[in-house]
Amino acid sequence: MSLSSQNNENDYSKRNCHNTRHLRNWTIAWVISMAIAAFAPKYVWDFNTVLSIIGVVICIAVGFGMLLANRKYLQGLDEMQRKILFDAMALSLGVGLVLGLSYELLEDIKLITFQPEIPHLVMVMCFTYMGGIIAGHRKYQ
Amino acid sequence: MKNRLKVLRAERDWTQAQLASALDVSRQTINAIEKGKFDPSLPLAFKAARLFNMAIEDIFQDESD
Repeated sequence: MSLSSQNNENDYSKRNCHNTRHLRNWTIAWVISMAIAAFAPKYVWDFNTVLSIIGVVICIAVGFGMLLANRKYLQGLDEMQRKILFDAMALSLGVGLVLGLSYELLEDIKLITFQPEIPHLVMVMCFTYMGGIIAGHRKYQ
Repeated sequence: MKNRLKVLRAERDWTQAQLASALDVSRQTINAIEKGKFDPSLPLAFKAARLFNMAIEDIFQDESD
Protein backbone atom coordinates (compact mmCIF):
# COMPACT_ATOMS: atom_id res chain seq x y z
CA MET A 1 0.00 0.00 0.00
CA SER A 2 1.52 3.34 -1.03
CA LEU A 3 0.92 6.78 0.35
CA SER A 4 3.12 8.59 -2.18
CA SER A 5 0.22 10.47 -3.76
CA GLN A 6 -0.91 11.71 -0.37
CA ASN A 7 2.63 12.77 0.47
CA ASN A 8 2.67 15.18 -2.46
CA GLU A 9 -0.42 16.87 -1.20
CA ASN A 10 -0.09 17.51 2.52
CA ASP A 11 -3.41 19.19 3.20
CA TYR A 12 -2.68 19.76 6.87
CA SER A 13 0.55 21.70 6.25
CA LYS A 14 -0.99 23.75 3.46
CA ARG A 15 -4.07 24.57 5.51
CA ASN A 16 -1.95 25.44 8.53
CA CYS A 17 0.35 27.71 6.48
CA HIS A 18 -2.66 29.46 4.93
CA ASN A 19 -4.34 29.99 8.31
CA THR A 20 -1.08 31.22 9.86
CA ARG A 21 -0.59 33.78 7.08
CA HIS A 22 -4.23 34.83 7.41
CA LEU A 23 -3.83 35.33 11.18
CA ARG A 24 -0.51 37.19 10.72
CA ASN A 25 -2.12 39.62 8.24
CA TRP A 26 -5.06 40.30 10.56
CA THR A 27 -2.70 40.80 13.51
CA ILE A 28 -0.57 43.30 11.56
CA ALA A 29 -3.74 45.12 10.46
CA TRP A 30 -4.96 45.24 14.07
CA VAL A 31 -1.63 46.63 15.36
CA ILE A 32 -1.66 49.30 12.65
CA SER A 33 -5.30 50.23 13.36
CA MET A 34 -4.48 50.36 17.09
CA ALA A 35 -1.51 52.67 16.42
CA ILE A 36 -3.69 54.91 14.26
CA ALA A 37 -6.42 55.04 16.93
CA ALA A 38 -3.83 55.82 19.63
CA PHE A 39 -1.56 58.35 17.93
CA ALA A 40 -3.48 59.89 15.01
CA PRO A 41 -5.84 61.98 17.21
CA LYS A 42 -2.82 63.81 18.66
CA TYR A 43 -0.49 63.94 15.67
CA VAL A 44 -2.76 63.87 12.61
CA TRP A 45 -6.30 65.18 13.16
CA ASP A 46 -5.94 67.25 16.35
CA PHE A 47 -8.48 65.29 18.45
CA ASN A 48 -11.31 65.65 15.95
CA THR A 49 -14.08 63.71 17.70
CA VAL A 50 -15.68 62.15 14.62
CA LEU A 51 -12.35 60.94 13.19
CA SER A 52 -11.29 59.60 16.60
CA ILE A 53 -14.54 57.63 16.95
CA ILE A 54 -14.09 56.24 13.43
CA GLY A 55 -10.51 55.27 14.30
CA VAL A 56 -11.60 53.41 17.45
CA VAL A 57 -14.52 51.69 15.67
CA ILE A 58 -12.17 50.51 12.88
CA CYS A 59 -9.70 49.28 15.50
CA ILE A 60 -12.41 47.25 17.27
CA ALA A 61 -13.75 45.89 13.96
CA VAL A 62 -10.28 44.81 12.82
CA GLY A 63 -9.72 43.33 16.30
CA PHE A 64 -12.79 41.13 15.86
CA GLY A 65 -11.50 40.15 12.42
CA MET A 66 -8.29 39.05 14.12
CA LEU A 67 -10.27 37.02 16.68
CA LEU A 68 -12.15 35.22 13.88
CA ALA A 69 -8.85 34.54 12.09
CA ASN A 70 -7.47 33.16 15.35
CA ARG A 71 -10.51 30.90 15.75
CA LYS A 72 -10.05 29.62 12.20
CA TYR A 73 -6.36 29.05 12.91
CA LEU A 74 -7.13 27.04 16.06
CA GLN A 75 -9.82 24.99 14.31
CA GLY A 76 -7.34 24.16 11.54
CA LEU A 77 -4.76 22.75 13.94
CA ASP A 78 -4.59 19.06 14.77
CA GLU A 79 -5.57 17.90 18.25
CA MET A 80 -2.07 17.90 19.76
CA GLN A 81 -1.13 21.34 18.44
CA ARG A 82 -4.48 22.64 19.67
CA LYS A 83 -3.90 21.15 23.11
CA ILE A 84 -0.47 22.83 23.29
CA LEU A 85 -2.02 26.21 22.47
CA PHE A 86 -4.99 25.76 24.81
CA ASP A 87 -2.67 24.78 27.68
CA ALA A 88 -0.53 27.85 26.97
CA MET A 89 -3.64 30.05 26.88
CA ALA A 90 -4.89 28.64 30.19
CA LEU A 91 -1.48 29.25 31.77
CA SER A 92 -1.35 32.78 30.39
CA LEU A 93 -4.87 33.56 31.63
CA GLY A 94 -4.13 32.18 35.10
CA VAL A 95 -0.81 33.98 35.45
CA GLY A 96 -2.37 37.17 34.08
CA LEU A 97 -5.22 37.01 36.58
CA VAL A 98 -3.05 36.25 39.61
CA LEU A 99 -0.20 38.64 38.78
CA GLY A 100 -2.53 41.32 37.42
CA LEU A 101 -4.58 41.50 40.60
CA SER A 102 -1.44 41.36 42.76
CA TYR A 103 0.12 44.11 40.67
CA GLU A 104 -2.95 46.28 41.16
CA LEU A 105 -2.84 45.51 44.88
CA LEU A 106 0.76 46.75 45.13
CA GLU A 107 -0.38 50.26 44.32
CA ASP A 108 -3.42 50.09 46.61
CA ILE A 109 -1.27 49.19 49.61
CA LYS A 110 1.39 51.79 48.67
CA LEU A 111 4.17 49.32 47.89
CA ILE A 112 4.73 50.98 44.51
CA THR A 113 4.33 54.66 43.75
CA PHE A 114 3.47 54.41 40.04
CA GLN A 115 0.14 53.55 38.45
CA PRO A 116 -0.07 49.90 37.23
CA GLU A 117 -0.55 49.87 33.46
CA ILE A 118 -2.49 47.33 31.39
CA PRO A 119 0.37 47.01 28.82
CA HIS A 120 2.58 45.60 31.61
CA LEU A 121 0.00 42.87 32.20
CA VAL A 122 -0.35 42.22 28.47
CA MET A 123 3.43 41.79 28.19
CA VAL A 124 3.46 39.32 31.10
CA MET A 125 0.63 37.35 29.46
CA CYS A 126 2.43 37.36 26.08
CA PHE A 127 5.67 36.08 27.60
CA THR A 128 3.77 33.46 29.61
CA TYR A 129 1.91 32.37 26.48
CA MET A 130 5.14 32.04 24.49
CA GLY A 131 6.76 30.15 27.38
CA GLY A 132 3.74 27.84 27.56
CA ILE A 133 3.93 27.08 23.83
CA ILE A 134 7.66 26.33 24.03
CA ALA A 135 7.13 24.08 27.09
CA GLY A 136 4.25 22.29 25.32
CA HIS A 137 6.32 21.57 22.23
CA ARG A 138 9.20 20.30 24.36
CA LYS A 139 6.81 18.08 26.31
CA TYR A 140 5.56 16.30 23.18
CA GLN A 141 8.89 16.37 21.31
CA MET B 1 -1.57 4.00 26.29
CA LYS B 2 0.67 1.77 24.16
CA ASN B 3 0.40 1.64 20.40
CA ARG B 4 1.87 -0.22 17.43
CA LEU B 5 1.82 2.75 15.09
CA LYS B 6 5.57 2.81 14.53
CA VAL B 7 5.72 -0.93 13.75
CA LEU B 8 2.74 -0.80 11.42
CA ARG B 9 4.16 2.24 9.65
CA ALA B 10 7.57 0.58 9.26
CA GLU B 11 5.96 -2.60 7.88
CA ARG B 12 4.40 -0.52 5.12
CA ASP B 13 7.57 1.51 4.60
CA TRP B 14 5.78 4.78 5.24
CA THR B 15 7.46 7.88 6.63
CA GLN B 16 6.02 9.84 9.55
CA ALA B 17 5.22 12.65 7.12
CA GLN B 18 3.25 10.29 4.86
CA LEU B 19 1.28 8.89 7.76
CA ALA B 20 0.67 12.40 9.10
CA SER B 21 -0.63 13.45 5.71
CA ALA B 22 -2.94 10.43 5.49
CA LEU B 23 -4.35 11.15 8.95
CA ASP B 24 -4.48 14.93 8.36
CA VAL B 25 -2.30 15.80 11.35
CA SER B 26 1.21 17.21 11.78
CA ARG B 27 4.33 15.04 11.66
CA GLN B 28 5.08 16.13 15.25
CA THR B 29 1.77 14.65 16.35
CA ILE B 30 2.59 11.29 14.74
CA ASN B 31 6.00 11.38 16.42
CA ALA B 32 4.45 12.14 19.83
CA ILE B 33 1.85 9.35 19.44
CA GLU B 34 4.50 6.83 18.40
CA LYS B 35 6.61 7.73 21.42
CA GLY B 36 3.59 7.39 23.69
CA LYS B 37 3.77 11.03 24.75
CA PHE B 38 0.38 11.93 23.35
CA ASP B 39 -2.78 9.83 23.33
CA PRO B 40 -4.90 10.41 20.23
CA SER B 41 -8.60 11.16 20.42
CA LEU B 42 -11.08 8.41 19.60
CA PRO B 43 -11.87 9.84 16.11
CA LEU B 44 -8.15 9.95 15.26
CA ALA B 45 -7.62 6.43 16.60
CA PHE B 46 -10.52 5.17 14.46
CA LYS B 47 -9.08 6.99 11.46
CA ALA B 48 -5.74 5.23 12.00
CA ALA B 49 -7.56 1.90 12.36
CA ARG B 50 -9.37 2.45 9.08
CA LEU B 51 -6.13 3.43 7.35
CA PHE B 52 -4.36 0.27 8.51
CA ASN B 53 -7.52 -1.77 7.97
CA MET B 54 -7.31 -3.14 11.51
CA ALA B 55 -9.38 -3.11 14.66
CA ILE B 56 -8.68 -0.17 16.93
CA GLU B 57 -7.61 -2.43 19.81
CA ASP B 58 -5.03 -4.09 17.55
CA ILE B 59 -3.26 -0.73 17.25
CA PHE B 60 -3.89 0.90 20.61
CA GLN B 61 -3.74 -0.93 23.92
CA ASP B 62 -4.30 0.25 27.44
CA GLU B 63 -1.07 0.40 29.45
CA SER B 64 -2.52 -1.92 32.13
CA ASP B 65 -3.31 -4.71 29.65
